[in-house]
Amino acid sequence: MTTTRIAETAPTAPPAPHLGAGDRLRLWWSALPRPYQWGIGVPFIALLAALPILRPPILTTQGTDFGGVLAQFGMYALLAIGLNVVVGQAGLLDLGYVGFYAIGAYTVGLLTSPDSPWNQTDTWLSRHWAWVFALPIAIAVTAVSGLILGTPTLRLRGDYLAIVTLGFGEIVRLLADNLQNITGGGRGLSGIAFPLVGQTPTRTKGVFSAGNTHLPLNFGTWWYWVSLALIIVVLLFVGNLERSRVGRAWVAIREDEDAAEIMGVPTFKFKLWAFLIGASIGGLSGVLYAGQVQFVSPPTFNVINSMLFLCAVIVGGQGNKLGVILGAFIIVYLPNFFLGRSDLFGIPIDGNAIADYKYLFFGLALMTLMIFRPQGLFPARQKLLSYGREVYVVARRAALAAAGRLPAADEDGAR
Amino acid sequence: MSIGPNDPQAGAEHTDQHLGAEEYLTQDSVEEEFLPDGGVAQVAVDLADVDPVLADPEAVAQLVAPDRRIRTEVGAALLRMEAVTMRFGGLVALDGVSFEIRRGEILGLIGPNGAGKTTCFNAMTGVYRPTSGQVVFDGRPLGAIKRNQITRLGIARTFQNIRLFSDMTALENVVVGTDARHRTSVPGALFRSRRHRTEEQDALERGMALLEFVGIGRRATQKARNLPYGDQRRLEIARALATEPKLLCLDEPAAGFNPTEKAELQDLIRKIRDDGYTVLLIEHDMRLVMGVTDRVVVLEFGRKIADGVPAEVSSDPAVIAAYLGVPDDATA
Ligand SMILES: Nc1ncnc2c1ncn2[C@@H]1O[C@H](COP(=O)(O)OP(=O)(O)OP(=O)(O)O)[C@@H](O)[C@H]1O
Ligand SMILES: [Mg+2]
Repeated sequence: MTTTRIAETAPTAPPAPHLGAGDRLRLWWSALPRPYQWGIGVPFIALLAALPILRPPILTTQGTDFGGVLAQFGMYALLAIGLNVVVGQAGLLDLGYVGFYAIGAYTVGLLTSPDSPWNQTDTWLSRHWAWVFALPIAIAVTAVSGLILGTPTLRLRGDYLAIVTLGFGEIVRLLADNLQNITGGGRGLSGIAFPLVGQTPTRTKGVFSAGNTHLPLNFGTWWYWVSLALIIVVLLFVGNLERSRVGRAWVAIREDEDAAEIMGVPTFKFKLWAFLIGASIGGLSGVLYAGQVQFVSPPTFNVINSMLFLCAVIVGGQGNKLGVILGAFIIVYLPNFFLGRSDLFGIPIDGNAIADYKYLFFGLALMTLMIFRPQGLFPARQKLLSYGREVYVVARRAALAAAGRLPAADEDGAR
Repeated sequence: MSIGPNDPQAGAEHTDQHLGAEEYLTQDSVEEEFLPDGGVAQVAVDLADVDPVLADPEAVAQLVAPDRRIRTEVGAALLRMEAVTMRFGGLVALDGVSFEIRRGEILGLIGPNGAGKTTCFNAMTGVYRPTSGQVVFDGRPLGAIKRNQITRLGIARTFQNIRLFSDMTALENVVVGTDARHRTSVPGALFRSRRHRTEEQDALERGMALLEFVGIGRRATQKARNLPYGDQRRLEIARALATEPKLLCLDEPAAGFNPTEKAELQDLIRKIRDDGYTVLLIEHDMRLVMGVTDRVVVLEFGRKIADGVPAEVSSDPAVIAAYLGVPDDATA
């Protein structure tokens, strides 16, 4: 009955809304019943976890151990998730995020390394579990450092905040480099604790020790599994926050801070929370790093790494917590993929040289992305409501009906 | 018709409030070619499908009605501007302005461009602190209270130049407003406390009711920036109402509207007042102001030049000289 009206109002309109592949996937996923989501999600995660065992031929890195690369990916994924809370969700440009990574790693180092004057492994932290005990302490320390950095600086906006945080990242590294008596300066801290479990005659120091190089379950694989577990936990928590008053406050602040404040959002408080949560997750990643490498020294925490983390977030798609994990994978995996490769699908290449120029390539990739797809590879479509599922289901039904693929009434009946 | 209007409960009034579904969809698909986000954002949903209660306007109005724990009696002054002066360097934007807004009324605030109307709003909502004088709301001087706390005390506003959270859906925008009344913070949300869950449910229910109330229920899952202009203005009103204000301040809500839309807006403003809110309205369109307000305050060059019932004010020579002398379209 309204066809004539359509013709009048929008003669050039295409007949039905067109949905992109990503949106279709999203609609499909969000409308799936919970058990189905589990049924797909769990095997998928199992497959991810099995990667270092399966070692798929093309995917497996040649120049470095695949398990180790995956472990590093795990840490970067955590960093990307944490930084995404700050940059992607709350819209606070933090260029010194590496500082929190450093604080997390150094806290574990200072508490458990024999080189440290504050080594506690032989007093109240047991050798076996020192790393595990140091973990919550390190997270608390980074959270407090986030609070200390945030309280004075979060009154600044935009570029000013970026510059102050950049300074923070540099200060942390310089402290690590110059407090010789405590941090060991440029020599760093070695012999950091790791969980002593799974000791066998071949793995004398357990599965997590850097000495465990027995393929495929070498120490890299084990640390990858630990980080995978932590990623899942962190994602659940971050997801809970996203679909709550907190996540909505962050997005509102990102969109229009003054309007948010006038709509009753305590903006300063929630910005501080974003900083604190981002810092804690960054610290957690640092703890993993300290445990896996069992050695910390200042160059690891160079400010260029902050840019790399940011690159992961931007490439993945700011605000999309799964997207930024893929971003982290790209950042970690690609250079390692080329490392030690002399040919790719029969074409001779100098893989080591390509890996050396990673910053150049990431820079170029970032510029290309900003020109052609500024929202990142996987742009965010955050869900900000806890019980919004019903609304999305109805929306999907309407979308499909509108696209003419199934009549609305049919699905109604099926439900 | 595929969606919505086939719902028998919806009735004629329900469909009247909206355009036909097809019309919405075709409009969208035109925009959508250029919009990478799309998806859910582009589809009109019938909120009555989500919650059948929303098909009944009575129930919607009930859900939208404000918390009535207001100290001020009906008819007494809910907000008083007491000799408020606002200076920007050498410019006096408000010069000893005093007036009151009585609970339950619709007060019009009019004046030529640059008279200081928006500045008045900003002084009430804490965006600017008065250079001298004070604003007393519901028996309490606003002094140095933070902006977000003023909102929670019960003053909500819309903006002259629309300021929605453009990347959020319409529903999410409104829910940000309802959050002003919620208390869940990070720990509660992290562990999904019981309070968090009840608040989320309340937010969703009230949010949808509000969208339905202002007549944009179908737009619930669309991003604010993809909404047509008029719906964005309505969404601003819904978001402000969501904070459960005692006083709702509308800054030129009809700017850019055609006569039909203005008439609809007039009905909406009345409906809001009848639901128990007090309304302060800045508007240039005299027909709208005279048609809907109970009292009018007139500003000119930061000074109050008249205050009274619409008929009185419109025959006041000072007002005619200052304001009504200016042709209507010169103020657009
Ligand atoms: N932040 C500010 N800094 C300096 N001057 C300001 C500021 N805000 C408002 N003004 C000035 O105060 C005067 C009153 O402005 P205001 O926006 O309140 O007018 P208005 O009555 O809302 O006008 P309009 O009908 O155009 O919206 C104007 O001259 C304006 O330039
Ligand atoms: Mg104005």
